[in-house]
Amino acid sequence: MPVDIDIAKVARLARIGLTADELAYYGQQLQGILEHAALVQALPTAGVAPTAHPLPMVNSFRPDIVEPTLDREEVLAQAPDREGPYFRVPPFLED
Amino acid sequence: MDPADLTIAEAGARLRSGDLTAVDLLAAVRRRASMTEAILHAYLTIDHDGARAAATAADVALAQGRDLGSLHGIPIALKDNMVTRGIETTCSSRILAGYRPPYDATVVERLKAGGAVIVGKTNLDEFAMGSSTENSAYGPTRNPWDPDRVPGGSSGGSAAAVAVGSALAALGSDTGGSIRQPGSLTGTVGMKPTYGLVSRYGLIAFASSLDQIGPITRTVDDAVTVFEAIAGHDPSDATSYRGGVPEVRSTLDAGVKGLRIGIVGELSGEGTAPDVAANFRATVDALAGAGATIKELSLPSTAYALSAYYLIAPAECSANLARFDGVRYGPRLAGRSVEESMSATRRDGFGPEVTRRILLGTYALSAGYYDAFYGQAQKVRTLVIEDFRRAYSEVDVLVTPTSPTTAFAVGEKANDPLAMYLSDICTIPSNLAGDPAISVPSGLDSDGLPIGFQVLAPALGEAVMFRVASAVEQSSGFTGRPALATSAGAA
Repeated sequence: MPVDIDIAKVARLARIGLTADELAYYGQQLQGILEHAALVQALPTAGVAPTAHPLPMVNSFRPDIVEPTLDREEVLAQAPDREGPYFRVPPFLED
Repeated sequence: MDPADLTIAEAGARLRSGDLTAVDLLAAVRRRASMTEAILHAYLTIDHDGARAAATAADVALAQGRDLGSLHGIPIALKDNMVTRGIETTCSSRILAGYRPPYDATVVERLKAGGAVIVGKTNLDEFAMGSSTENSAYGPTRNPWDPDRVPGGSSGGSAAAVAVGSALAALGSDTGGSIRQPGSLTGTVGMKPTYGLVSRYGLIAFASSLDQIGPITRTVDDAVTVFEAIAGHDPSDATSYRGGVPEVRSTLDAGVKGLRIGIVGELSGEGTAPDVAANFRATVDALAGAGATIKELSLPSTAYALSAYYLIAPAECSANLARFDGVRYGPRLAGRSVEESMSATRRDGFGPEVTRRILLGTYALSAGYYDAFYGQAQKVRTLVIEDFRRAYSEVDVLVTPTSPTTAFAVGEKANDPLAMYLSDICTIPSNLAGDPAISVPSGLDSDGLPIGFQVLAPALGEAVMFRVASAVEQSSGFTGRPALATSAGAA
């Protein structure tokens, strides 16, 4: 079953900056895998409920008790860039 | 005997009788690692200082009469997708190079509280995506039974370490067979618990509804020991099971007399190597000889389980791996905007298999394709669960070969993702259902490579699963060790 993929759009949605060659390479591989995956469409599933999770669970609560959190310095020490107690990122709003 | 070749049970007895110290046991395991790592590359990081301190503390505690339990003083390795405070944790990915987590995973806390000595972090397929441990940014792990072959994956480093004796036991994680298949390919016991029994807090997520941590050991008894130590409710994991951990030890040696064992036509037929099929048949015959009733069953939906898995797992992975954006951890590549920086960082940081699965999952979840792919896969998941439920109304456990083949050559399937995916055909259905399953070594093929036998049980059915696994272990009489371990032990 042919599968239609706009691989450039998919890569953009996934925030992976691929070159034209890489897009062609992954596009072709995805085609093959998706044709196999499309076998799921052969199974009749009218009236079957989807399963998102093996344990049917509702909200999981714990007692509302203040507990120690991770050490801020230890966490920030792993960041590629920081400013004081903040993670620093490139500008994301154009002015 | 070299202490590196002891089981947990044997080492525990010698530690308590005073014949062995935890420091000497660790030294033996380190010596084994130093003799085999250049060939195998099972470890990414060995925590020399932390392990020595833990072993020393274990000896002091025992001398003072403080016995922390079955893992006291036992050297254990961790797959490098479980976070360890201050010890580099990379998931075998460049995108986490240099990452030193600010906390320990719950399983790590539990092992430490039980007196275990954490030897180091083992190699895996990047973010646990793969079946051969070839997809590591830091180079592949090799199989101690034949270094030209893969150890399976994705927990291949953990399995190779346990098989060769550079750890007495290890933890792996299993999303589609990543504990059981390497167990099968390295002649070790690999067990995936019921979803929710072992906390995932601090397990770097691949596919959250499928991932589960479990033990890799040399015996079924040792697997029980590690399972008991790591299982239990954890408030830090919202999907952790609150109903208690099944008691498994008391029925371990009860045998299979009177048990009903099912064989699944769809999971032991075409594609199975002749030696694997013959061994499977012989093992089933032995179980029948020991008093089990064997019944052939059909689980028609399992034929679609692989296709469903390769939509569900990538879909969840594409969402989980969105967190690797070069903001809070890992390296960052520059860009004129946040999006440009993220796209460059992620292109550089993820290897080909991870990139492939993120793209696959992004596609399966994207507008216009969701119902046909992800939505349909979720319905197939329901059908797989219903098939299992029907089967377990007729039998106590199901059995299959763990993997259709024994260890394949390094590079053999590296360029054919679909062929690689097919090696998980027998293990994937349990992940979709959330059920427990275990692989036990059951013999060697004509090339002298280990074969694994898989026992599947319904959710929370660990007791009967371990019981059948123990019977398989006894009837097969498998005590084989790879030549690399034997030669290193004699040197």
